[in-house]
Amino acid sequence: MKLKGRVFKFGDDIDTDGIIPARYLNTSDPEELAKHCMEDVAPDFAKKIKQGDMIIAGENFGCGSSREHAPIAIKAAGVSCVIAKSFARIFYRNAINIGLPIFAGREAAEALKQGDRVEVNVDRGEVAMSGKAKTGKVYILENFPGFIREIIKSGGLMRYAKKRKKT
Amino acid sequence: MGYTITEKILLAHARGVKKIAPNDFIMAKVDFCFGNDITAPIAIREFRKLGKKKVFNQNRIGLIPDHFLPAKDMKSANQAVVLKDFAREYGIANYFEVGRMGIEHALLPERGLIIPGDLTVGADSHTCTHGALGAFATGVGSTDLAYVMAFGECWFRVPESIKLVFTGRPRKWVGGKDLILHAIRDLGVSGALYRSIEITGDVIENFSMDDRFTMCNMAIEAGAKSGIIAPDKTTERYVRSRIREHKPLRQSYRLYRSDEDAVYADIRKYNISRLEPLVAAPHLPSNVKPVSEFKDVKVDQVVIGSCTNGRISDLKQASVVLKNKKVNPHTRLIVIPATQAVYAEAVKQGYAEIFVASGGVFCTPNCGPCLGGHMGVLSEGEVAISTTNRNFVGRMGHPGSFVYLANPAIAAASAVKGKITHPSDL
Repeated sequence: MKLKGRVFKFGDDIDTDGIIPARYLNTSDPEELAKHCMEDVAPDFAKKIKQGDMIIAGENFGCGSSREHAPIAIKAAGVSCVIAKSFARIFYRNAINIGLPIFAGREAAEALKQGDRVEVNVDRGEVAMSGKAKTGKVYILENFPGFIREIIKSGGLMRYAKKRKKT
Repeated sequence: MGYTITEKILLAHARGVKKIAPNDFIMAKVDFCFGNDITAPIAIREFRKLGKKKVFNQNRIGLIPDHFLPAKDMKSANQAVVLKDFAREYGIANYFEVGRMGIEHALLPERGLIIPGDLTVGADSHTCTHGALGAFATGVGSTDLAYVMAFGECWFRVPESIKLVFTGRPRKWVGGKDLILHAIRDLGVSGALYRSIEITGDVIENFSMDDRFTMCNMAIEAGAKSGIIAPDKTTERYVRSRIREHKPLRQSYRLYRSDEDAVYADIRKYNISRLEPLVAAPHLPSNVKPVSEFKDVKVDQVVIGSCTNGRISDLKQASVVLKNKKVNPHTRLIVIPATQAVYAEAVKQGYAEIFVASGGVFCTPNCGPCLGGHMGVLSEGEVAISTTNRNFVGRMGHPGSFVYLANPAIAAASAVKGKITHPSDL
């Protein structure tokens, strides 16, 4: 699977209150949440984002609350992939569980800039510049352990669970 | 090579393995799981997709509408109904209606529903609070909770542990909140990412359960997967009294301790004898300095409560400071006990009267303004000092507001002066 889009760059410690403020947590409707995605960090984000665009961030992305509304808002806003130097662990789990591609990649997170056009190869765990700016440089992203790859391949935890024969 | 307490609990619950090491992926049996009015509606929606007629165990699921209840608006009311309907339909024993409801991380231990040696997951990041019981407890998301409600198990990566050793004698007005803020300042907000924080030392041995809950509660603020304190006589006394009072179905608990030769990723030693009460300034819980460095910071709002500091000894401490004092005319004081039992006790002990006589409000148990939900949302430019756990941008309301975190005594003294104040300066 290949994903193409523009880079929206963020810094370190982007917390879940920044991704989706608690004042919108009285709903779990993805479309509604998407409208307010990143509102307190980058107020125009939800308007500027186009289907397929990507979030590239620094350390500890998604720290704070366990609200699954955060990855849901990001996914519903049209973001195809999140790459960061590191992730807060609950956010990381949540993204995997809802089928939002997510990668830790220190070098990529350093090098890629706001507005860059990039292509992510999900199966290989790689990201590279695309279009006119193509440099040939490929950044390796951290691959998932086999256990998690099964969940991702299934399209999220619930689809993985459905495959189980257990009653 | 020995095991840490965390590794021992995970091993005891892991399916199909005889040994365990950090970074192993395991599927583990869950003793108790829970969610609230924000996280459970999504979990229930996901659970229903499975088409299962039964949950894994009706007595091992908690549904606690504590965030926006009593409902702050129609949408919140609708979310609460999802919990109630699901609880009825699936026969969930531990659903708590308003009036019996309290903040999940205070309520569940109080009811004896989480006990030492448990493996607990909650769809709330502050689930790490329950580590104070000598249990492995960690926050997960809603889809994780749905999976656990269905199958009674959850996947984990075994965390490395960081041992914190607190020694010395705490000064007056220094408590669990200050010690954990001290550690978060040292570790940073991502310093314990994916790891478990094991809290030890003679200071902790002398701490009450309330102080221990406060410390484990904020482990997540250093990025940790869990916080844990080895159970001792204090833990057992607490757990036994909870079991006696509420007679939960599960009464036999297991006490685990780390082996002498357990392996730690890091060991940090803190002598806290000279530590002043601490304050975390906006906008990170690691932005910590002694209270004396904030003397000129005026406050519009003071919040005493939350899963961090809403227990009876927290309210007692605040009442000692506020007795025969008045809240500053330009400051509002909001006190929110964590549970109904804490509420009732605060009334009985006369703390509630002190809060009201001082000019503060004494509210029904819930998470309230901690996450900018209701009962004290901040306007642009407003400043709050709060006994809660996070001070991110916009956490308590407008993105242009400011939240300082501190212990209940500092918060109470600040209410009187209308600016950040040490109780000794009143």
